[in-house]
Amino acid sequence: MCVDKLNAQTPCDGLLPLTIGTVSVTEVDPGAIHAVSAFQGQAKSLSEAMKAAHGMALPAPNRATGKSGARAVWFGPGQTMLIGPAPDPSLSAYAAVVDQSDAWAVVRLEGDGAEDVLARLVPVDLRPQNFKRGYTARTLLFHMTASITRVGEKAFQIMVFRSMATSLVNDLQRAMEGVAARG
Amino acid sequence: MRITCPYCGERDRREFYYRGAAVDLDRPAPDAGPEAWDDFVYLRDNPAGETRDLWYHEGGCGAWIVVTRNTLTHEISATEPASGGKR
Repeated sequence: MCVDKLNAQTPCDGLLPLTIGTVSVTEVDPGAIHAVSAFQGQAKSLSEAMKAAHGMALPAPNRATGKSGARAVWFGPGQTMLIGPAPDPSLSAYAAVVDQSDAWAVVRLEGDGAEDVLARLVPVDLRPQNFKRGYTARTLLFHMTASITRVGEKAFQIMVFRSMATSLVNDLQRAMEGVAARG
Repeated sequence: MRITCPYCGERDRREFYYRGAAVDLDRPAPDAGPEAWDDFVYLRDNPAGETRDLWYHEGGCGAWIVVTRNTLTHEISATEPASGGKR
Protein backbone atom coordinates (compact mmCIF):
# COMPACT_ATOMS: atom_id res chain seq x y z
CA MET A 1 0.00 0.00 0.00
CA CYS A 2 1.31 3.40 -0.95
CA VAL A 3 -0.30 5.31 1.88
CA ASP A 4 2.17 8.12 1.42
CA LYS A 5 0.64 8.91 -1.98
CA LEU A 6 -2.89 9.70 -0.69
CA ASN A 7 -3.89 13.28 -1.34
CA ALA A 8 -6.61 15.13 0.55
CA GLN A 9 -9.37 16.43 -1.73
CA THR A 10 -11.92 19.12 -1.04
CA PRO A 11 -15.62 18.11 -1.29
CA CYS A 12 -16.13 19.95 -4.60
CA ASP A 13 -12.76 19.03 -6.08
CA GLY A 14 -13.03 19.02 -9.88
CA LEU A 15 -16.58 20.47 -9.79
CA LEU A 16 -16.00 24.16 -9.07
CA PRO A 17 -15.57 27.04 -9.78
CA LEU A 18 -18.47 27.62 -12.11
CA THR A 19 -19.74 30.84 -13.71
CA ILE A 20 -22.92 31.03 -15.78
CA GLY A 21 -24.26 34.42 -16.81
CA THR A 22 -23.83 36.84 -13.93
CA VAL A 23 -23.73 34.22 -11.16
CA SER A 24 -20.77 32.21 -9.98
CA VAL A 25 -20.21 29.40 -7.50
CA THR A 26 -16.90 28.86 -5.79
CA GLU A 27 -15.84 26.38 -3.19
CA VAL A 28 -15.08 27.81 0.25
CA ASP A 29 -12.31 26.43 2.41
CA PRO A 30 -14.20 26.79 5.70
CA GLY A 31 -11.39 25.83 8.06
CA ALA A 32 -12.58 23.81 11.02
CA ILE A 33 -16.29 23.10 11.50
CA HIS A 34 -17.60 22.24 14.96
CA ALA A 35 -21.15 21.69 16.20
CA VAL A 36 -21.54 23.58 19.48
CA SER A 37 -24.60 22.63 21.55
CA ALA A 38 -25.09 24.34 24.90
CA PHE A 39 -25.80 22.18 27.92
CA GLN A 40 -29.18 22.73 29.59
CA GLY A 41 -29.39 26.32 30.85
CA GLN A 42 -25.84 27.19 29.75
CA ALA A 43 -26.62 29.14 26.57
CA LYS A 44 -25.84 32.51 28.19
CA SER A 45 -22.50 31.39 29.65
CA LEU A 46 -21.62 29.77 26.33
CA SER A 47 -22.37 33.01 24.49
CA GLU A 48 -20.07 34.90 26.88
CA ALA A 49 -17.31 32.33 26.37
CA MET A 50 -17.75 32.55 22.59
CA LYS A 51 -17.47 36.34 22.77
CA ALA A 52 -14.33 36.17 24.89
CA ALA A 53 -12.62 33.44 22.86
CA HIS A 54 -13.77 34.09 19.29
CA GLY A 55 -15.17 37.61 19.30
CA MET A 56 -18.74 36.66 18.42
CA ALA A 57 -21.84 35.89 20.43
CA LEU A 58 -23.98 32.81 20.09
CA PRO A 59 -26.38 33.55 17.21
CA ALA A 60 -30.13 33.80 17.77
CA PRO A 61 -32.34 31.39 15.80
CA ASN A 62 -32.15 32.03 12.02
CA ARG A 63 -29.10 34.27 12.40
CA ALA A 64 -25.34 34.05 11.98
CA THR A 65 -22.64 36.03 13.75
CA GLY A 66 -19.00 36.69 12.95
CA LYS A 67 -17.50 37.31 9.54
CA SER A 68 -15.58 35.59 6.79
CA GLY A 69 -13.03 33.22 8.32
CA ALA A 70 -14.80 32.94 11.69
CA ARG A 71 -18.54 32.48 11.73
CA ALA A 72 -21.12 31.07 14.11
CA VAL A 73 -24.18 29.89 12.21
CA TRP A 74 -27.46 28.82 13.85
CA PHE A 75 -28.09 25.24 12.79
CA GLY A 76 -31.18 24.26 14.73
CA PRO A 77 -32.72 24.47 18.21
CA GLY A 78 -29.82 24.54 20.65
CA GLN A 79 -27.22 23.96 17.95
CA THR A 80 -24.68 26.32 16.46
CA MET A 81 -21.98 25.58 13.92
CA LEU A 82 -18.65 27.25 14.63
CA ILE A 83 -16.94 27.64 11.27
CA GLY A 84 -13.32 28.69 10.85
CA PRO A 85 -11.34 28.69 14.07
CA ALA A 86 -10.57 25.65 16.18
CA PRO A 87 -12.90 25.95 19.18
CA ASP A 88 -11.38 27.35 22.32
CA PRO A 89 -11.20 24.73 25.12
CA SER A 90 -13.21 27.08 27.37
CA LEU A 91 -16.37 26.34 25.34
CA SER A 92 -16.39 22.73 26.51
CA ALA A 93 -17.40 23.81 30.01
CA TYR A 94 -20.79 24.97 28.71
CA ALA A 95 -21.40 22.97 25.56
CA ALA A 96 -20.91 19.71 23.72
CA VAL A 97 -18.38 20.47 20.99
CA VAL A 98 -18.24 18.00 18.12
CA ASP A 99 -15.77 18.15 15.25
CA GLN A 100 -17.59 18.05 11.91
CA SER A 101 -14.75 19.34 9.75
CA ASP A 102 -14.70 17.67 6.34
CA ALA A 103 -18.33 16.55 6.79
CA TRP A 104 -19.75 19.52 4.88
CA ALA A 105 -19.44 20.88 1.38
CA VAL A 106 -19.32 24.67 1.64
CA VAL A 107 -19.82 26.90 -1.41
CA ARG A 108 -20.34 30.58 -2.09
CA LEU A 109 -23.00 31.60 -4.61
CA GLU A 110 -22.50 35.16 -5.75
CA GLY A 111 -23.58 37.69 -8.33
CA ASP A 112 -26.55 39.56 -9.79
CA GLY A 113 -29.45 37.14 -9.79
CA ALA A 114 -28.13 34.81 -7.10
CA GLU A 115 -31.59 35.06 -5.45
CA ASP A 116 -33.25 34.08 -8.74
CA VAL A 117 -31.09 30.95 -8.88
CA LEU A 118 -31.99 30.00 -5.32
CA ALA A 119 -35.66 30.82 -5.92
CA ARG A 120 -35.74 27.85 -8.30
CA LEU A 121 -34.45 25.49 -5.64
CA VAL A 122 -35.34 26.77 -2.18
CA PRO A 123 -38.89 27.09 -0.71
CA VAL A 124 -37.93 30.12 1.41
CA ASP A 125 -38.04 33.80 0.40
CA LEU A 126 -34.37 34.80 0.23
CA ARG A 127 -34.84 38.27 -1.31
CA PRO A 128 -32.86 40.97 0.50
CA GLN A 129 -35.93 42.64 2.01
CA ASN A 130 -36.74 39.41 3.87
CA PHE A 131 -33.33 37.79 4.18
CA LYS A 132 -30.67 40.32 5.12
CA ARG A 133 -26.97 39.86 5.65
CA GLY A 134 -26.45 37.74 8.75
CA TYR A 135 -29.71 35.83 8.25
CA THR A 136 -29.51 32.07 7.94
CA ALA A 137 -32.03 29.33 7.12
CA ARG A 138 -32.10 25.58 7.56
CA THR A 139 -34.17 24.53 4.60
CA LEU A 140 -34.17 22.42 1.46
CA LEU A 141 -32.10 23.03 -1.64
CA PHE A 142 -34.00 20.97 -4.24
CA HIS A 143 -34.03 17.58 -2.43
CA MET A 144 -31.16 18.23 -0.03
CA THR A 145 -31.24 19.59 3.49
CA ALA A 146 -29.04 22.65 3.51
CA SER A 147 -27.87 25.62 5.53
CA ILE A 148 -28.10 28.88 3.62
CA THR A 149 -26.63 32.11 5.00
CA ARG A 150 -26.49 35.54 3.39
CA VAL A 151 -22.86 36.64 3.70
CA GLY A 152 -22.93 39.63 1.38
CA GLU A 153 -25.23 41.93 -0.58
CA LYS A 154 -25.22 39.46 -3.47
CA ALA A 155 -23.55 36.47 -1.84
CA PHE A 156 -24.76 33.35 -0.04
CA GLN A 157 -22.91 30.63 1.81
CA ILE A 158 -24.48 27.22 1.17
CA MET A 159 -23.64 24.09 3.19
CA VAL A 160 -24.78 20.55 2.40
CA PHE A 161 -23.53 17.14 3.49
CA ARG A 162 -20.21 16.38 1.83
CA SER A 163 -21.70 13.30 0.14
CA MET A 164 -24.16 15.63 -1.65
CA ALA A 165 -21.49 17.87 -3.23
CA THR A 166 -22.00 16.54 -6.77
CA SER A 167 -25.79 16.89 -6.52
CA LEU A 168 -25.42 20.40 -5.12
CA VAL A 169 -23.25 21.56 -8.00
CA ASN A 170 -25.51 19.80 -10.52
CA ASP A 171 -28.67 21.42 -9.13
CA LEU A 172 -27.08 24.86 -8.88
CA GLN A 173 -25.74 24.58 -12.43
CA ARG A 174 -29.16 23.66 -13.83
CA ALA A 175 -30.83 26.55 -12.02
CA MET A 176 -28.08 28.96 -13.11
CA GLU A 177 -28.50 27.90 -16.73
CA GLY A 178 -32.24 28.43 -16.45
CA VAL A 179 -31.83 31.92 -15.03
CA ALA A 180 -29.15 32.86 -17.57
CA ALA A 181 -31.32 31.62 -20.47
CA ARG A 182 -33.99 34.17 -19.55
CA GLY A 183 -31.46 36.94 -20.17
CA MET B 1 -50.09 23.90 2.83
CA ARG B 2 -47.87 25.94 5.14
CA ILE B 3 -46.76 25.04 8.66
CA THR B 4 -45.29 27.55 11.11
CA CYS B 5 -42.18 26.11 12.71
CA PRO B 6 -41.79 27.60 16.21
CA TYR B 7 -38.14 28.30 15.38
CA CYS B 8 -37.96 28.98 11.63
CA GLY B 9 -41.34 30.61 10.98
CA GLU B 10 -43.81 29.75 8.23
CA ARG B 11 -42.45 27.09 5.88
CA ASP B 12 -43.60 24.97 2.98
CA ARG B 13 -45.16 21.60 3.80
CA ARG B 14 -42.44 19.75 1.82
CA GLU B 15 -39.93 20.54 4.59
CA PHE B 16 -41.97 18.50 7.10
CA TYR B 17 -42.44 14.81 7.82
CA TYR B 18 -45.74 13.65 9.33
CA ARG B 19 -45.43 11.29 12.28
CA GLY B 20 -49.03 10.84 13.46
CA ALA B 21 -51.22 11.71 16.41
CA ALA B 22 -49.39 13.43 19.25
CA VAL B 23 -50.31 10.60 21.64
CA ASP B 24 -46.63 9.60 21.52
CA LEU B 25 -46.00 12.38 24.00
CA ASP B 26 -48.32 10.76 26.56
CA ARG B 27 -46.55 7.45 26.94
CA PRO B 28 -47.99 5.33 29.80
CA ALA B 29 -45.78 4.23 32.68
CA PRO B 30 -44.07 0.85 32.14
CA ASP B 31 -46.33 -0.74 34.77
CA ALA B 32 -49.55 0.96 33.62
CA GLY B 33 -51.08 -2.37 32.67
CA PRO B 34 -52.03 -4.05 29.38
CA GLU B 35 -55.17 -1.99 28.86
CA ALA B 36 -53.34 1.34 28.95
CA TRP B 37 -50.62 -0.02 26.67
CA ASP B 38 -53.12 -1.53 24.23
CA ASP B 39 -54.80 1.86 24.06
CA PHE B 40 -51.48 3.65 23.56
CA VAL B 41 -50.13 1.31 20.88
CA TYR B 42 -53.25 0.47 18.85
CA LEU B 43 -56.23 2.69 19.51
CA ARG B 44 -56.46 6.04 17.79
CA ASP B 45 -59.22 8.61 17.69
CA ASN B 46 -60.38 9.79 14.30
CA PRO B 47 -61.78 13.19 15.21
CA ALA B 48 -63.92 15.33 12.94
CA GLY B 49 -62.54 18.59 14.24
CA GLU B 50 -59.50 19.52 16.26
CA THR B 51 -56.59 17.08 16.37
CA ARG B 52 -52.98 17.22 17.55
CA ASP B 53 -50.27 15.80 15.30
CA LEU B 54 -46.53 15.34 15.55
CA TRP B 55 -44.57 16.76 12.64
CA TYR B 56 -40.82 16.72 12.14
CA HIS B 57 -39.06 19.68 10.53
CA GLU B 58 -36.90 17.26 8.58
CA GLY B 59 -35.89 19.59 5.76
CA GLY B 60 -35.16 22.38 8.20
CA CYS B 61 -34.06 22.82 11.79
CA GLY B 62 -34.81 19.25 12.92
CA ALA B 63 -37.39 20.20 15.56
CA TRP B 64 -40.33 17.98 16.49
CA ILE B 65 -43.48 20.08 16.45
CA VAL B 66 -46.96 19.58 17.87
CA VAL B 67 -49.42 20.88 15.28
CA THR B 68 -53.02 21.54 16.32
CA ARG B 69 -55.25 21.47 13.28
CA ASN B 70 -58.89 21.05 12.34
CA THR B 71 -59.65 18.07 10.11
CA LEU B 72 -62.88 19.69 8.89
CA THR B 73 -61.52 23.08 7.86
CA HIS B 74 -57.78 22.20 7.47
CA GLU B 75 -57.07 25.24 9.63
CA ILE B 76 -53.88 25.06 11.70
CA SER B 77 -54.56 26.86 14.98
CA ALA B 78 -51.28 26.32 16.85
CA THR B 79 -47.75 24.93 16.56
CA GLU B 80 -45.38 24.40 19.47
CA PRO B 81 -42.11 22.57 20.10
CA ALA B 82 -42.75 18.99 21.22
CA SER B 83 -39.89 19.39 23.69
CA GLY B 84 -41.96 21.93 25.63
CA GLY B 85 -39.76 24.97 26.22
CA LYS B 86 -37.83 26.68 23.46
CA ARG B 87 -34.09 26.19 23.37
